[in-house]
Amino acid sequence: MLTLTLQVPLTVPLEAEVLSPDRLIGLTIPQIQQLPLRHGNRTVHLSDYFTVEGEPGDTLALHGDLSRVKWIGQGMTQGTMQIHGSAGMHLGSGMSGGTITVQGNAADWTGAEMSGGLIRVAGNAGHRLGAAYTGSPAGMRGGTIVVHGTTGDETGWQMQRGTILLNGTAGDFTGARMKGGTIVLTSGAGKRTGAGMERGTLISLTTVKRLPTFLYACAYLPQFLGLYARFCTTHGVHLPHRAGQYRRYAGDAAVSGKGELLIWEPELV
Amino acid sequence: MIRITGGKVFDPANNLHGVIRDVCIQNGKIVDDLPSRGRTLDATGLVIFPGGVDAHTHVAGSSLNFARGLLPEHLRNAHPIIRDQICRAGWKSLTPTTFATGYVYAGMGWTTVNEAAVAALSARHTHEELRDTPMVDKTFCILMANNEILLDLLQAGEPERARHLLAWYIRATQAYGVKAVNPGGVVAWKAGRAGKDAQTLHQPVPGYHRVTPGHIVAALARFCDELHLPHPVHLHCNDLGAPGNVATTLETIRLLEGHRAHLAHLQFHAYGGSDWESFCSGSTRIAEVFNASPNLTADVGLVLFGPAVTISADSPWQHLLHQLTGKKWGNIDVENETGCGIVPYVYKEKNLVNAVQWAVGLELLLLIDDPWRIALTTDHPNGAPFWRYPEIIRLLMDRDFRQEQIARIPDPIRRRMILPDLDRVYTLSEIAIIQSAGPARILGLKQKGHLGRGADADLVLYEEEPDAQRMFAYPRYVLKGGEIVLEEGELRRSVDGQTTASRPQYDVGIEKELAPRFSRRYAMAWENYPIVSDQLPGLQIQDCG
Repeated sequence: MLTLTLQVPLTVPLEAEVLSPDRLIGLTIPQIQQLPLRHGNRTVHLSDYFTVEGEPGDTLALHGDLSRVKWIGQGMTQGTMQIHGSAGMHLGSGMSGGTITVQGNAADWTGAEMSGGLIRVAGNAGHRLGAAYTGSPAGMRGGTIVVHGTTGDETGWQMQRGTILLNGTAGDFTGARMKGGTIVLTSGAGKRTGAGMERGTLISLTTVKRLPTFLYACAYLPQFLGLYARFCTTHGVHLPHRAGQYRRYAGDAAVSGKGELLIWEPELV
Repeated sequence: MIRITGGKVFDPANNLHGVIRDVCIQNGKIVDDLPSRGRTLDATGLVIFPGGVDAHTHVAGSSLNFARGLLPEHLRNAHPIIRDQICRAGWKSLTPTTFATGYVYAGMGWTTVNEAAVAALSARHTHEELRDTPMVDKTFCILMANNEILLDLLQAGEPERARHLLAWYIRATQAYGVKAVNPGGVVAWKAGRAGKDAQTLHQPVPGYHRVTPGHIVAALARFCDELHLPHPVHLHCNDLGAPGNVATTLETIRLLEGHRAHLAHLQFHAYGGSDWESFCSGSTRIAEVFNASPNLTADVGLVLFGPAVTISADSPWQHLLHQLTGKKWGNIDVENETGCGIVPYVYKEKNLVNAVQWAVGLELLLLIDDPWRIALTTDHPNGAPFWRYPEIIRLLMDRDFRQEQIARIPDPIRRRMILPDLDRVYTLSEIAIIQSAGPARILGLKQKGHLGRGADADLVLYEEEPDAQRMFAYPRYVLKGGEIVLEEGELRRSVDGQTTASRPQYDVGIEKELAPRFSRRYAMAWENYPIVSDQLPGLQIQDCG
């Protein structure tokens, strides 16, 4: 395992897309120390900010307060990265494989436009988790994001595929303009959940405020949920699928209305 | 003062086809000779072309800017140009930023561009934007074929006054030429009238009882001739992109009655078939008529496979394209003047329509006998971005490479085109014609596209090599106005280009009558509309007649 420790407290953000197993595989420690980072408008060496220890390989541990280090794990395809602290913006953006675990908080744009792999955040995440960048046709296209704390606004903006599991409360516009994929809300969400969603599934275990363009369809217990619950359990999220029913709302009727919002009702039998 | 020695000069306008001779430059112009002292540039082994001229491109104005804003995602994969001692920052994307546009054109050896479609109302902004587009000289054409004031005058049977109006617009906007886009169609679509687009060339435009698209085309072509504009009407025919539009294009040519016209992006108007299933190439019929019509010039508007951005004042077509592709769509309604639509697009070689479009562009270049009358363009950024021109040159010069590319297209699609049967290859001289000498002559720019005495010293030096794409993508030297701006593949200095306007004559009496019509049609006050040339330092004037 290779261990990188941030030595200098940051006020100006550091852009560090080289902090990814893909970029470090096959390099020696001196080569890694020479890798370029951007600090404001200057290019600096990795060793100016990090100490590098251990064996280079496909496992990477990052230590220190990385909340101002952007683009960690950008475009990552393989390997494991453990962040013992908080991570900055664009963590795992566009990643297609591998695992990122954050013990602290993650900032905005975590997992934006990712297409595969797993991001696990023990703390809170910022805005636009798994979202599309401005102008893009689609956000997250695959993979899984699990956040145990709260998330900011516009989680899963325009997401197309993949899964977002949220243990804490989500912000406003969760699942807005979704085109596919699934978001599980265990502790509710803010305003306008699923606004403009065209397809995809939002599952909420608490009541959420619904837009008038979400139309009640039925109460039922979808067959797939048993399987889905098993998948969620492996990520530490409990999805009930017995002793109760889900109310299904179809929406957003302001657009195609082919998405669904499932709200858990334990009292319904 | 500089003397370029030992280079092989291709100057088709002066009948020089690969002749080794010196080129002498003084004060930004080509001169016959220079005293022997002074700087020399050894060009032994290099090929010298006049700087490229793009007869039809979209590099400034409200529509292109809207596209830049609508498509921020294209910047993410674009090549950044980092600010340094010479360059301002920018992006070489599908719709490059202003400064980048100049650098990338010059980096390829192109030194003059004609922005083909500017809404007259956005002319002031276009001038400002062109001032920020360095390295190239510029002209632009204003959109007039859907101008409601002009159409009203035609409807009232007052062609004389309509012509004065046209000239007034050119002077008021400090424009160079006149563009006609889908005559009558845009105005009908904007009003949401029955049928949405103009139906045929001979039915009145919806909303008018007499004026037909055919009238508009014929009138604008005649006006441009009568006003002695250096460039004839720049005509984007009706029915762009539609299967079987060959018939419309041929009928349009007939309606011109021998008046000059420049057929813009001819490729998009040369399709056979009757629907999308039977879509096929119609280039032979177009080429036949075109070859026999000396009043016509054209630019090809070639399509290359890959991403592009379709930008057109033809808003009904752009709306249809948005519905066909499901891609995002931007629309601008320019008051009483014109429209504009923007839809991003990807041309795919496995797609029947796209593959036929690709072939039709090359077929036209190969079937039209006189290279002087057809200019190399991609209708940037509609068919492909302009920085892919070197790929086209290779397709024209290298038969084996062309056959390789044709072989990649599925068999059933290949039967819809005639390209596989065409053997012609372009010579270096012919390339010099379609990239520089021809378009300069088509645009009526006497100082451009040749290396005779008095011409602007815009030239490009290439290293001859078998791979034409490499050769034309990486010139060794580029000179703009006598200054070496590119050397050994690197930009050496940034120079400002000049904008040229034309000055047709008109009856000043028309203004009195225009003012009330203006206040009815425009949000802008009549007094604020015209651009005074004092506001445009460095504006060059080309007189008419």
